[in-house]
Amino acid sequence: MSSSALPAGVERREIDGEARLATRGTPVYGEPTDGEWRAWDPERSKLGGMFELGFDVGLSGGETVLYLGAASGTTVSHVADFAGATYAVEFAPRPARDLLEAAEPRDRLFPLLKDARKPETYAHVVESDLDALVQDVATRGQAAVATRNARFLADDGRLLLAVKARSEDVTAEPDDVFTEVLAELEGAYEVLETGRLDRFHEDHLGVVATPR
Amino acid sequence: MTTDESDAGWFASVPPDDLDAARDAIEGGSAEVPADWPRLAVASGFAADAGDYYDRLRESTLHAAREAVAERERADDRQLIHAVRAMDDCERVANELAERAVEWAGSRFDGADSGIAGARAIAEREPDDDLDRRVISLAARAAALADERDELAATIDRVAPAVAPNLADMAGPELAARLIALAGGLESLARKPSGTVQVLGAEDALFAHLSGRAPSPKHGIIYTHEFVRGTRPEDRGSAARALAGKLALAARADHYSGEYREVLHEDLRERMATIRARADANGDETGDGDE
Repeated sequence: MSSSALPAGVERREIDGEARLATRGTPVYGEPTDGEWRAWDPERSKLGGMFELGFDVGLSGGETVLYLGAASGTTVSHVADFAGATYAVEFAPRPARDLLEAAEPRDRLFPLLKDARKPETYAHVVESDLDALVQDVATRGQAAVATRNARFLADDGRLLLAVKARSEDVTAEPDDVFTEVLAELEGAYEVLETGRLDRFHEDHLGVVATPR
Repeated sequence: MTTDESDAGWFASVPPDDLDAARDAIEGGSAEVPADWPRLAVASGFAADAGDYYDRLRESTLHAAREAVAERERADDRQLIHAVRAMDDCERVANELAERAVEWAGSRFDGADSGIAGARAIAEREPDDDLDRRVISLAARAAALADERDELAATIDRVAPAVAPNLADMAGPELAARLIALAGGLESLARKPSGTVQVLGAEDALFAHLSGRAPSPKHGIIYTHEFVRGTRPEDRGSAARALAGKLALAARADHYSGEYREVLHEDLRERMATIRARADANGDETGDGDE
């Protein structure tokens, strides 16, 4: 499972006596560091979990990225450490204040206070033909959000999606929710890989897909 | 503030180094489809090269986000209360006026629909005489009030998460605003026990109960929440009690810390799943004996 190569700028390093994923940049959330390297906690980051579980995310470093659901900037700060231009969309003002702190020391991380369900409100800022769309939004209609934002991806771009079953329906079985979400995604994407993130995030499904 | 040059980049009418103009363009602008903005910005002379463009974009997005965060954090519960009350007034008056306009129009034109939709249709008509003009003008005012109501609802959607992130997420912006308004402020909502939160908005029923004339109300305004309304009647009391308990905690988290607390929302979802699972267990157990 863990055969996939990590992108340049993401390394497995020994930090506090443990081999951990790490990126190089200013610490954001009190994570342990080793010199310039900061540990990327897969328990606090869905994308970190996907890397740790060996998903083939198709990234080699330096990509242009749109990140939906940036929240306090925990994950997107790691993405900006190894990627190129990184657009971070977050709607709620309080986490956005922390996101700003993560963005200030990073010169290619662009915070946008926008609603990920309404891509037309930021398509005049976010560039086209992006290499990756990372989505971690805890609202109902996660497949619809991914579908609406497909317009930003290059033909060979990658959607890296963490689906939270409970955000769709608290009472349904997670597997049923995932089946439905994947079926809806098929309208705009070809799904390349899926896997449960339960080791790090309960009732979450990781999805790698590419636009149709 | 909005740019009408749809499908142009945010930088199209922004003078270089004018951060406030950049903020307006980023916040108010829109485009159906993205484009290769860095290349277009260089071609239009906004930036010298891609690196220069990204530097400007960074400065502009940081400024816009910083200002917007500060502005939304200045929004307070008093503003939210005014907004939700104004929204209710607009809705009530719009409906009344629309009904009057439609009734009047029915005596002069054929086929007027009822309600706001009817008023909108009448407002589109061409008047033939002075009385027509009055009817059509009245209908237009009803329609405009209905639009104002929608604008107020959109404002509440934006302001409520800033004022009370946990409450707004749990209850939805509108119900959060109504709870705060009924309690008289976020602080007084945060001080209320969950049993009071449960029956906020059902004061008439509560006083009827206290004077011995009626059973105790199971829920007040929180009835509008999907967790209560969408639960089968015999479990609604449990659902309302569970929801009210978490809403009270959400209001306290919002008032005393202001941080979003994921665990509150998880707990409520789990509790609701348990309550609703009773319906699947074929109802051999009725909604009692919980907690």
